[in-house]
Amino acid sequence: MTLTLSPPTATPEPQAPLQPQGWLRYFSFSVDHKVIGLQYLVCGFIFYLIGGALAGMIRTELLTPLSDFMPRETYNEVLTLHGTVMIFLWIVPVVNGAFGNYLIPFYVGARDMAFPRLNAVAFWLIPPAGLLLISSYFIGSASQSGWTAYPPLSLTTPATGQVIWILSVLLLGGSSIFGGINFIATILKLRRPGLKMLQLPMFCWALLGTSILVVLSTPVLAGTLVLLSFDIIAHTGFFNPALGGNAVVYQHLFWFYSHPAVYIMVLPAFGLVSEILPVHARKPLFGYITMVYSILAIVVLGLVVWAHHMFTSGTPPWMRLFFTIATSLIAVPTGIKFFNWLATLWGGKIALNTAMLFSCGFIVNFVFGGITGVALAQVPFDIHVHDTYFVVAHFHYIVYGGTVFVIFGSVYHWYPKFTGRLANETLGRLHFVLTFIGFNLCFAPQHWLGLNGMPRRVAEYDPQFTFINQVSSVGALLMAISTLPFLINMVYSAFAGEKAGDNPWRALTPEWLTSSPPPVENWKGPAPLVTHPYGYGAAPEPQVVSASSP
Amino acid sequence: MTSSSAPSPISGSAASPALATGLPLAAAGAGGVAMALPGAGSSQDTAASHHAEAGHGAGEGHGDFRLFGLATFLVADGMTFAGFFAAYLTFRAVNPLAEGGNYELELALPTLNTILLLLSSLTFHRAAKAIHQDRTEACRNWLLVTAALGFTFLGGQMVEYFSLPFGLTDNLFASTFYAITGFHGLHVTLGGLMILIIWWQSRQGGRVNRTNLFPLEATELYWHFVDGIWVLLYGILYLL
Repeated sequence: MTLTLSPPTATPEPQAPLQPQGWLRYFSFSVDHKVIGLQYLVCGFIFYLIGGALAGMIRTELLTPLSDFMPRETYNEVLTLHGTVMIFLWIVPVVNGAFGNYLIPFYVGARDMAFPRLNAVAFWLIPPAGLLLISSYFIGSASQSGWTAYPPLSLTTPATGQVIWILSVLLLGGSSIFGGINFIATILKLRRPGLKMLQLPMFCWALLGTSILVVLSTPVLAGTLVLLSFDIIAHTGFFNPALGGNAVVYQHLFWFYSHPAVYIMVLPAFGLVSEILPVHARKPLFGYITMVYSILAIVVLGLVVWAHHMFTSGTPPWMRLFFTIATSLIAVPTGIKFFNWLATLWGGKIALNTAMLFSCGFIVNFVFGGITGVALAQVPFDIHVHDTYFVVAHFHYIVYGGTVFVIFGSVYHWYPKFTGRLANETLGRLHFVLTFIGFNLCFAPQHWLGLNGMPRRVAEYDPQFTFINQVSSVGALLMAISTLPFLINMVYSAFAGEKAGDNPWRALTPEWLTSSPPPVENWKGPAPLVTHPYGYGAAPEPQVVSASSP
Repeated sequence: MTSSSAPSPISGSAASPALATGLPLAAAGAGGVAMALPGAGSSQDTAASHHAEAGHGAGEGHGDFRLFGLATFLVADGMTFAGFFAAYLTFRAVNPLAEGGNYELELALPTLNTILLLLSSLTFHRAAKAIHQDRTEACRNWLLVTAALGFTFLGGQMVEYFSLPFGLTDNLFASTFYAITGFHGLHVTLGGLMILIIWWQSRQGGRVNRTNLFPLEATELYWHFVDGIWVLLYGILYLL
């Protein structure tokens, strides 16, 4: 009697379209937009940890008024690397590259981006550029001139680090431009037949606006940095006053990119939060059409406000007047968006889960950063706080309190889509509470420091600021701790999280109308035509077209 | 302007900035190649060919939008030049002319060069027209003429560089002049090489033919763009 319990090999293994090819594809030159999106996300998060460690070094140094934790030159390198890593390797790639790549093809009803290979090239420029940048710290000296690299400072600090910094930013700029071209082509040219522009989810509009800014402004920075590298290597004098050059022209060209870069960092966050709020408030997005026009207005105005960074650079009065007015005007479309989000929440059946908490945290922080932004646009006030910690506080409220909060909220919101499992809510809420308290504790006091005259970018400060700086550093410590529950949550939930099903939020946007995680090419059948992505509250409730249905 | 020791613009120190420009250009090249690869513009090509059966899904019913992508890239490229021009004009307006500096340039050679480049746009247009009429040999000949005009332009540019009385680092105007014309010259070089590649690939059995015209059309768009930039450059740097 032989036991013949052979497994039924004849039955073909049910094809697993949800988990194709395994984890190795995340390390390959994949052209699948979902793989590329997650590559951007994880790669960006690694750089976020590096940039965060650098921030921790800065806050440790600032615990005491004296420069005693590290040499002053090292402090300069650390703050330059911190700014560059956070902007060019974390926020811009993640908020555009990660979520844009993952979501845009779904939203336009396509199976991939318009130029899949260009997409992969754009991503694979990032890791080498990041490694190049960080390597400069270990070979000689990293750049010490801050992420703005103003000449003549950038011409007098050690050249090796500065040139490596320039090359790295050029590569990242190239990556950004390729991404922007891809998004524009995808949104304008790859829409599913029958889908109109004004039926697209708001994130598409946000990314279209962002990509227009990327395509128009990034090349100017690239050209400027090439000229700066000429100044350093070939000893030309474009921006070197000692050789008859003009350093202010560098500032103009630099901010022609770097102010729009602020919108490149926050417009996608506006789009993402406009996707999250309606789902968890079970209400349509309030004022869709005004949202669209506000984005377009921000794009146009965002290109003509750059000189408000230069009110102390000898700008003539007419220029100050123009840029003050233009900058203040941006508060109008931004305010429209802000009130639209509030109105979306108003009277909704709000589910206060982690994604929603982070989105609400975004609204609170962003309105604060926006108000200080309008204050900074006013010349007299700006001259008073120029290059102080007030400015540091302001832009961290925009890029961290604004965009990074949205990135975390989006990770929780789309985690079931990425993995098929829900992220742990308890850990998520712990993450939010720690981040929110830590962030505000770290940066709110810096407004006071700036108003009282503590200059930014200096390793030492007046002893009267000691206590407030220590408070700020405690906040930074809380922020560092807050990444632990997040990391644990992400890893733990990927393996042991509650199974989410295809559409745990009963959302209406197209990425939820397929299985989780989605199959290669996004839909088993034809792409659904979603003309009302925010039709919550209207009968009938969302119908999940799962991958198994024909 | 009687400088007897005209320094060569191509000195040892100029090689390093050339490297600094070369890297991003190489990156841009990689992007261009990625776009030009066969099928790169269709989502069908992406993850699985098992979905190639027609009749459903998105991507179908869309024309070829690779030219649209290239045009978007050229807008970006044009913004680089716009930044350079803005810098040049501001320098001119704000910064006093350095000792021995001079905005006046010899016009004869650059004017001839402008004519050559404009002619080359015309000949490229003839090439494209020829291949649409299935006259491949005529197309290839026009392509050779175009490339020849382009490289003659570069030769003229070289002659001008070596006859100018100033070098790269002499003064602000000199630096800006070499940076902008050099950046444009890199574009012409790239375009000339692209034309030669198209010429080679349009041979009997090559990859460029009436069913695959994108490489030719893309190069043509790029070439007209480079010509247009030159006309602006000529106006701003030489005539103004």
